[in-house]
Amino acid sequence: MKTENQKAWLFVLPVLALVAFNALIPMMTVVNYSVQETFGNNQFFWEGLTWFEQILRSERFHAALGRQFMFTALILVIEVPLGIAIALSMPRSGPWVPVCLVLMALPMLIPWNVVGAMWNIFTLPDIGLMGYFVNHVLGITYDMTQNPFAAWVTIITMDVWHWTSLVVLLSYAGLVSIPDAYYQAAKIDGASNWSVFRYIQLPKMKNVLTIAILLRFMDSFNIYTEPFVLTGGGPGNSTTLLSIDLVKIALGQFDLGPAAAMSLIYFAITLFVSWLFYTLMTKDDLN
Amino acid sequence: MKPRSLVPLVYILFLMLPIYWLVAMSFKTTNEILSGFSLFPQTFTLDAYRTIFTDPTWYWGYINSIIYVSLNTVISVSVALPAAYAFSRYRFLGDKQLFFWLLTNRMAPAAVFALPFFQLYSAVGIFDTHLAVALAHCLFNIPLAVWILEGFMGGVPKELDETAYVDGYSFPRFFVRIFVPTIKAGVGVAAFFCFMFSWVELLLAKTLTAVEAKPIAATMTKTASSAGYELGLLAAAGTLTIIPGAIVIYFVRNYIAKGFAMGRV
Amino acid sequence: MAKITLEKLRHSYMSAPQGPDDFALKQIDVDWNDGGAYALLGPSGCGKSTLLNIISGLLIPSEGQVKFDGRDVTTLTPDQRNIAQVFQFPVIYDTMTVRQNLAFPLKNRGVDDHVIASRVGEIAEMLEVTDMLDRRASGLSPDNKQKISMGRGLVRDDVNVVMFDEPLTVIDPHLKWKLRSKLKELHQRVKATMIYVTHDQTEALTFADQVVVMQEGEVVQIGTPVELFERPAHTFVGHFIGSPGMNVLPAEVSEGSARFQGQQIALEGAINKGASGRFEIGVRPEFVTIGDTGIPAKVRKVADVGRHLVVEAMVGDHKVAAILNDSAPSQGDTVHLNFTPAHTRVYADGWIATGAAS
Repeated sequence: MKTENQKAWLFVLPVLALVAFNALIPMMTVVNYSVQETFGNNQFFWEGLTWFEQILRSERFHAALGRQFMFTALILVIEVPLGIAIALSMPRSGPWVPVCLVLMALPMLIPWNVVGAMWNIFTLPDIGLMGYFVNHVLGITYDMTQNPFAAWVTIITMDVWHWTSLVVLLSYAGLVSIPDAYYQAAKIDGASNWSVFRYIQLPKMKNVLTIAILLRFMDSFNIYTEPFVLTGGGPGNSTTLLSIDLVKIALGQFDLGPAAAMSLIYFAITLFVSWLFYTLMTKDDLN
Repeated sequence: MKPRSLVPLVYILFLMLPIYWLVAMSFKTTNEILSGFSLFPQTFTLDAYRTIFTDPTWYWGYINSIIYVSLNTVISVSVALPAAYAFSRYRFLGDKQLFFWLLTNRMAPAAVFALPFFQLYSAVGIFDTHLAVALAHCLFNIPLAVWILEGFMGGVPKELDETAYVDGYSFPRFFVRIFVPTIKAGVGVAAFFCFMFSWVELLLAKTLTAVEAKPIAATMTKTASSAGYELGLLAAAGTLTIIPGAIVIYFVRNYIAKGFAMGRV
Repeated sequence: MAKITLEKLRHSYMSAPQGPDDFALKQIDVDWNDGGAYALLGPSGCGKSTLLNIISGLLIPSEGQVKFDGRDVTTLTPDQRNIAQVFQFPVIYDTMTVRQNLAFPLKNRGVDDHVIASRVGEIAEMLEVTDMLDRRASGLSPDNKQKISMGRGLVRDDVNVVMFDEPLTVIDPHLKWKLRSKLKELHQRVKATMIYVTHDQTEALTFADQVVVMQEGEVVQIGTPVELFERPAHTFVGHFIGSPGMNVLPAEVSEGSARFQGQQIALEGAINKGASGRFEIGVRPEFVTIGDTGIPAKVRKVADVGRHLVVEAMVGDHKVAAILNDSAPSQGDTVHLNFTPAHTRVYADGWIATGAAS
């Protein structure tokens, strides 16, 4: 049991100070902008909730939000089952396991703009490995700077390449923590492979999968650098995800008010969906 | 070999292809890259690497990145240690709310904070320093470090603390000499993740620096746009950014799987 | 149900075992009769879990055969062998209710729903878990979880053998006794062959009709609890069973008689002809008495353990324990020890070397 001790706050203080400095002050700035209008020269005019209303009604925001949800949904639907499947097919122990894990984790350690640049080089129609292969060996016309569908396929493939390993590592960690006796008991009980997955492996992986899904949701919902470097949001607006649109408004057009209002709405959506995921996935533990 | 073990192999092959392409391209001459498709470098050249290692704007990019990433890792882990201890051992007013609030900071899109960060760090006068980037990355690394360390500390029985007090250890001495060494695997895992997320982040690092502390990743984007499209050079710089990550991950290879399982939501 | 025969069983975890030390099981030949309650007793690392896993089919032995009613099943999988096993730590399916847990082995074998319902009801009744049938199994206490694991082992009435691998390890002491008597009672009701692995002599002796004692990968004796106590076939058995264990004293043997510290010792019967090696005399503390004459000894310690007194006396450099019921000498006294001849034996290289008294 944990003991009650208010002095524990002292231990938390440095963390609190550092995070608050980074989170609260910028957040207040954002809130401040979101209710004002500026024409430069540090002159601000009170606007109330006008920007929020404007953003929530704007077709452009709806379209970007729709693309963002589409992207995140596709990512989760592909990466989670794929990651679990790969983790299941890994041996439980052996000299090759650490080697596999290191190789799998490698894409996660590459700076995000390098990931974008790398996939750009990889998919160039005539000189990229994948671009050349699809265009000249498979004979399918593929150019993500021209074709929105090709652009989507590319950013999805890139994200699967970049982040599926996170699901693999987490699932694998859950799997190796299951004692042998569970598998032996299942054998003796005559359980099928499906039953072993459904009644032993999946329940034991539930905690780590909750973490995996939450992290994948947050990070894919906030994704900016990789698709920006790869497609720049194009062709047209076809891959302009929420973050990309936000930066376009804030830094491209310097519309600080609307950009700030959009940031807050964006943050609120992320928070709400994360909370929803978390509550749904841990609901069973409560009763 | 069982057909099932082919699955991870095929997956790893898929992961290695773009990396191979990047590395292969870094050894090609610009002429070869632009003249058409070739699976292997036809005329092997180290020109791109020579450029990077002789031009200070290039190699200082690496040094800058490594400085602020290391600084961030040290700050994040050392402030997260006592906080994680508090969360794992004590109940106190608002502890659950605080923990949740810390985690929500991982959810804030970095794009949201870019401009306010620029203003904030300019205002306190540390814009374009390594410290600025290191502090800014604390926003998402501290919550993560607290989360991972709390998971590891939860697995250490409370009896260890009590035994140490009975043996006459003062709290700071117990914490540094006994407790931290007990969870050194957790410290390793937390440090690894801090390093990783600080190393791969670009948006904030780019926003908070101009010349003095400019990260390698930002140097790359600039080169890509200003000096025409020098693919070979870009590929070589990209290849070099993979190496520090690969070295760090090699050291924690036996902990990655376990470290994840011990953290909890 | 079936008679289980183990023939010339050897097992090594190494791929190329060299000497006998590389074998976890050296050579096992045992018959387990249909419907018996067996205990497999031995210290940690003696190979008893290995043996159990070979019988259940989780492990395939390096050499030798496992036969069920004369049929060779050595390479069959656990579900083909139709056996049940309960593990050291409770194994339950977290997401299922207690009822679904108990029904699981029957469902997997396609048993009729109404048969399942009645079997589950019966087993739940026996284990006294009827009131928790519809609760989620993950929320139960460790002893109830272990009961459910046992229930899954017992729910099929056609199994060849039910095996228990130190099933009470995680159970609180006061519940251990209850669960053990429950098991004994269940054995009488279901009449299945049961093998119970343990390193705890009390558990083994209270549960089993026949106890198989193992040491370093070998079976050293098979017998009823009384036989193991009264006539240990090996000094290890004498030492491992009993509290305190049998006194094992160095002996000189010549011309058919045994001497300890120069004194001739009367034995249960004649020493086997041809017995050789290192000789020892074995006598349980229960059969050591104090008299006016006998082997002189100095009392080193007297412990009152409740029902009786344990006296530790030194004969030269050798410690001899005696269990006395009434008055005992005090520390430092010089006494004379007598060994009851009917329970005093000579062991050669550990193995018994005297003929039984007729």
